[in-house]
Amino acid sequence: MGNNQKKVLELEEVVVKFAGDSGDGMQLTGTQFSDASASFGNDLLTFPDYPSEIRAPQGTIAGVSGFQVHIGRKEIQTPGDLADVLVALNPAALKANMKWVKPGATIIVDIDNFDNKHYKKAGYIEDPLNDGSLKGFTLIKAPITSLSRSTVNALELGIDHKTADKTRNQFVMGLLFWLFNRDMTIGEEFIDKKFEKKPDLAKANKAVLHAGYNYAETIEAIATQFQVNPAKDKKGRFRQITGNVATAWGLIAGAEKAGLKLFLGSYPITPATEILQELSNKKHLGVKTFQAEDEIAGICTAIGASFGGYLGATSTSGPGLSLKTEAMGLAIITELPLVIVDVQRGGPSTGIPTKTEQSDLMQAIHGRHGESPLPVIAASSPGNCFDYAYMACKIAVEHMTPIILLTDGYLANGTELWSIPDYDKIQPIKPPLVKDNDPDYKPYKRDKEKLNRSWALPGQPGLQHRIGGLEKSDISGEVSHDPYNHQVMTNYRADKIKRIENYIPEQKIIGNQNGGELLVIGWGGTYGALNSAVKELREEGYDISLAQFNYIFPLPKNTKEVFGKFKKHLVCELNTGQFAEYLRSQHQEFQYKQFNKVQGLPFFISELKEKFLQVLKEK
Amino acid sequence: MEEVKEKLTRADFQIDGPVKWCAGCGGYPILAAVQKALPETGVTKENVVFVSGIGCSSRFPYYMKTYGFHTMHGRATAIASGLKAARPDLNVWITTGDGDSMAIGGNHFIHMIRRNIDVNVLIFNNKIYGLTKGQYSPTTPFGAVTKTSPYGTIERPFEPGELVMGAQGTFFARVADKEPKGMEEVFIDAAKHKGTSIIEVLQNCVIFNDATHECIVGKDVRDDRIILLEHGKKMIFGKERNKGLVFDGSNIKVVTIGENGITEDDILVHDMTTQNPNMHYILARMSYPELPVAVGVIRSVKQPTYDEMLEQQIIDAEANSKVKNVKDLLNSGKVFDIK
Repeated sequence: MGNNQKKVLELEEVVVKFAGDSGDGMQLTGTQFSDASASFGNDLLTFPDYPSEIRAPQGTIAGVSGFQVHIGRKEIQTPGDLADVLVALNPAALKANMKWVKPGATIIVDIDNFDNKHYKKAGYIEDPLNDGSLKGFTLIKAPITSLSRSTVNALELGIDHKTADKTRNQFVMGLLFWLFNRDMTIGEEFIDKKFEKKPDLAKANKAVLHAGYNYAETIEAIATQFQVNPAKDKKGRFRQITGNVATAWGLIAGAEKAGLKLFLGSYPITPATEILQELSNKKHLGVKTFQAEDEIAGICTAIGASFGGYLGATSTSGPGLSLKTEAMGLAIITELPLVIVDVQRGGPSTGIPTKTEQSDLMQAIHGRHGESPLPVIAASSPGNCFDYAYMACKIAVEHMTPIILLTDGYLANGTELWSIPDYDKIQPIKPPLVKDNDPDYKPYKRDKEKLNRSWALPGQPGLQHRIGGLEKSDISGEVSHDPYNHQVMTNYRADKIKRIENYIPEQKIIGNQNGGELLVIGWGGTYGALNSAVKELREEGYDISLAQFNYIFPLPKNTKEVFGKFKKHLVCELNTGQFAEYLRSQHQEFQYKQFNKVQGLPFFISELKEKFLQVLKEK
Repeated sequence: MEEVKEKLTRADFQIDGPVKWCAGCGGYPILAAVQKALPETGVTKENVVFVSGIGCSSRFPYYMKTYGFHTMHGRATAIASGLKAARPDLNVWITTGDGDSMAIGGNHFIHMIRRNIDVNVLIFNNKIYGLTKGQYSPTTPFGAVTKTSPYGTIERPFEPGELVMGAQGTFFARVADKEPKGMEEVFIDAAKHKGTSIIEVLQNCVIFNDATHECIVGKDVRDDRIILLEHGKKMIFGKERNKGLVFDGSNIKVVTIGENGITEDDILVHDMTTQNPNMHYILARMSYPELPVAVGVIRSVKQPTYDEMLEQQIIDAEANSKVKNVKDLLNSGKVFDIK
C-alpha cells in the first residue's frame, strides 16, 4: 500500500511537540513516541510542559498541556529549542505553542476542534487556519476526533463517545509513526501494556493507531516522511529515566554500596515530590520513607535516622530548603551524614513553582546561621542525577557531613535515554563505623586525613555517648563553652569540608585542553544547552570551550589552573549571577563576564550562540 | 555462649560528672526516678537513647550514661520519630518542656502522637520558660504576670492531656515531681506501653515559677486536690477517702460518700484501656479549684505503632519482590538493548 511518490527526508535530529488539553493524554502520547524512538536506537531527551493548575478549563490557554520529544541520530542533550513538528489538538494548543515552532515546521491540527466556539475560548478573533498566519508551515488538517470515533464505532464493542474520543491520541500516534517510519508493533505493545486488564480498550486503541497510520499514508497533504536514523554511538543497555527517579535511585545505590539502609524524611513540594514518591515505592529494597508533617520534620527525622546508623536523606525545593536550614546547623555540629536534595524552582517564595531556575545556589553555599560549611554539588543531566546523588551519599558518609545536592525542575522532569551503569564498577563507600566496646572510641576523635569523626551507633555496647547542638570539646565530646576550643572546632569543621577537594575529580575542559580565547563556565542543569551551543560553534571553527561544574563547594583543586588557560570567562546561569559572584570570592584574579536568564525557562542554544559570538568579538 | 546478664541498677545510668540544674530544681527527682525505673523495664544499657530539644529539661540526656542526642528547640519529637522509625529495636525517650513540646514544637508533638510512634515522652511542665529566664509558656495560666506579660497573659493555656486526646494519643499519664514512687511506677508503665507514651510531670521551677503546683501538690492540700487514678479501681480521694467522682451525663462531679444517699457503688471506676477517649479527656482536663487534678495513668490503649507497621511493610515488600537489589532495579522494567 506504500505511496512511492512521497519523499523521505533524512534528518540528524527532530523536535516534536505534543499539545492539547491537560486531559488529552499528551504526556502518554509523548512517552509512547519516545519509547518507539528509543527502541529504534535514537538518542533522545523529553520534557513535559504542564500547567500548574491540575485541570484548568478545557480549551483555554491555561489548560494546555504539552510534551516535547527531541530525538536524534546525533547526541541529544536538550529537549530542543523549537519544534519541527507540532501536534495541536485544539486552537488553544496551537496558540500557546506557535512561538515555540521552527519556521517551516509541520503542524498537525485536529480540524474537528477548530470551530468558532473553540477559537473564542482560545482567544482567537479570526480563524487561524485561514488568516494567513500559518503561511510557510506545512499544515495537516486531520479530522482526528471524528475518524477516531468512527473507527471505534465500527468495532461495535459498545464503547461510548466519551471513551471513544479518548483514543484520539492514538490516531495522532499512528500518524506520527507513519511520518517517522516507526515500527507499529512497538506502538501496539505499548497499548497492550497500558490496557492490560481492559482488552476492549486495547483493541479500540490499536484500531485507532492503525487508522492514524493509514490516514497519513493515504492523504496527499503529507508529502514528506522523516527519517531519523539510529544514533551512532548509542550501544548497550539503556532506559528512560527522569532526573527525580535517577536521584532516588542514586540514593538507594549509595546506601546499598555503603552497607547501610536508606531513610528519606520529606514533605511533598513541587518539583521534588517524585523523589519521595519513588522511594516510597522501594520498600522491597529496604528503603524507609517518612512523609513528615512539614519540611523541618523532614530533615529532622532524617537526622534522627542518621544518628541511628541509617543513611538519612531529605528532598525539597527552595522554600523547603529555607525551612531546613536550622537543622542543617545541627547536622553540621554533630557531624552526622545527611543528604539534602534541593530540586530548584523559580523563586522567591512560591514564585513559579513548576518552572526551572538555578537561584538557590547562594542559599545552598551560605544560607545558614553560624560558621557552618557543608559541601554542595550539582547534577547536570537527568541521568547523571544518579551519579551525583550517589556521590552525595559517598561524601556524606565518608566525610561525616551533611551535603546539599542541587538539581532543578528542568532536570527533575526531563527524561533521558540513560546508559545503565555497570553497578559492580561503581566505586565503594566506606562508612567510618566503630567496633563494639572499642576502648579508644571518643566522639570527636578525628581521622588524620579527612578529619571526619567516626560513627558509633546506639545499640552498640560500650560506646554510649551524647552528642548535640551545644559546642563540644575536641576529642572527648563533652559540652564545652571554652573560647579556644570553639576556635579549634570551627577550624576543624571548615578544614574537613575543604579537604573534600582531595577526594573529588578535577574540573574538565570540554574543548581546548590547552586553553584559548573563551571559556564558557556553567554549573548544574544548564550543561545540555551550554555544551550543545559550544559544540556547534566549535564545529564552525570558533575558539570556545566549556567548563561545566558539578562540584561547587569545595571547587575542584585545578579550577584556577583551568581558568588561567583562557583569555575570557563567561559565566552562564539561570539566575542573576550567583555562581559568578561566588567565583569572584574564590578566584578574584579573573574577570568574569555574565550571561543570565530568569524566565523559568532553560537556555536556548540559539540565544547562547548569539551571546558567545558577541563575547568572542569583543576586544 | 550466652552471657548471663546481671540486673541493671540505678548506678548503671548515672554519670560520673556533675548534674547542673539549679539547686532544688524538679529535674533532680525526675532524673532519679528515671534511673531507678529503667532497670525495671528490662532494657539493656546500650539500647536506651535519650533525645531532647532545648530548655532546662533538655539537658537531661547529658546526665544519663546512655546514648543521647540533645537537638534543637522543638525538634526532639521529630528527631526521635526518625530514630525510632529507623531503629524500632531501640528504647527511645524524649525529655522536653512545656515550651519545647507545645509551643515551638507543637506541630511535631501532635503528629508524633497521631502516628503512635513507640517512644516515651517526659514533659517537664513548669508552666514557664526557665532557660530564657521567665517568659510565659503555652501552659502558663491565663492572666499570669511574667517578664513578657507584665499586664497578665491574654492567652488561654494548653492542657497537655487535651492535645494528647485530640491527637488520638494512646497513653497519657500525669505525675508530680514531688512523688518519687508515683513517678517510678508511671515511668515503668510508660516504658512498657507500645506507642507514644506522654507523661506530664508537674515540675517545679525553683527560680522563675517557684511553687506553681504547690496549691495542688503541697503536703497539706494534696490529698484533697489530687486524685490518683488506678485502672479498675473506684475514683475515690480525700484525706478521709470519702470523696469520689460521679458522671451526671455531661459533666464530672465531686460527691461525698455517705451524703445525700451516695454510696461507693455510685462512684466511677477508672478504665484506662477503653478506646473511647471521652472519659479520659474529661479526666485529663480536671483542674483545681473546681475538681481534683488527676494523676496516674489516665489512658493506656492498644493500637499498632508506626514503627512496627513500617517494619512490617518492608518485610512484606521484600518477600514479595523479585527486585532484590540495585542491580536488579537498574535492569527492571522497560530497558532498551541497542546493538
